Amino acid sequence: MVKVSQILDELNAQIVCGNADLNQDIDFGFASDLMSDVLTIDSDNLLLVTGLNNLQTIRTSEMSDIEYILLVRDKKTSEEMKELAEESGITIIECSYSMFRTCSLLCNMGLEPVY
Amino acid sequence: MDFKFDIEGGNFSKAGTASSDVKKVLKKLNVDPKLIKRIVVSIYEAEVNVVAHAYEGEMNVSIFPEKIIVRIVDKGPGIPDIDLAMQKGYSTASPEVREMGFGAGMGLPNIKKNTNELNIKSEVGVGTEIELINYLN
Repeated sequence: MVKVSQILDELNAQIVCGNADLNQDIDFGFASDLMSDVLTIDSDNLLLVTGLNNLQTIRTSEMSDIEYILLVRDKKTSEEMKELAEESGITIIECSYSMFRTCSLLCNMGLEPVY
Repeated sequence: MDFKFDIEGGNFSKAGTASSDVKKVLKKLNVDPKLIKRIVVSIYEAEVNVVAHAYEGEMNVSIFPEKIIVRIVDKGPGIPDIDLAMQKGYSTASPEVREMGFGAGMGLPNIKKNTNELNIKSEVGVGTEIELINYLN
């Protein structure tokens, strides 16, 4: 379990949209650039770690009840993505670390894998 | 209670709008959130299939006290071999679809996983109709 504030601190990351509660605990992490994979996940309270920065990342998260997306590899959030994320109650966080480094740090912090 | 939503083939910026609207309706009706997730994941997969493969389509949602039936009908190339399309990993998606994070041959199996009943009819050169039934209890 990891707090949103810990993610921001440890990954030198920034929230770019959404009204995140910095004290909220997140249980699970799942990393993928393949949205088809994300749609197969049943776990709740999950952080999606991805380098795919398009509208379907937000749509997939909306359908999967994912409230937190962490964009890695310095990928940027477009205005369209921000609008859709705000509408869907999704917080987007950006960080410049690689997927591997990000996942390694999140794992050490106590974020659980879904399987 | 019936709802109808149009789906535009090839337009990925709008892909998911029909499923998003259905999700809002189901939330208003206080359907169990776990069931909403199963339903919207499966219809979103189906909607993306229409956007990815067909020219146009529509989503018809019928809500009964005991079940929800979603029929998605498209005009498109159709599926020549449905059994093959149901196999995990089989895909005819274009590179553009893969760039959007789809086209890994996981959509139809995931739809099946998330529905109580799945019926698929398809005619090559005409289109495809899929029916998803989920029971509320």
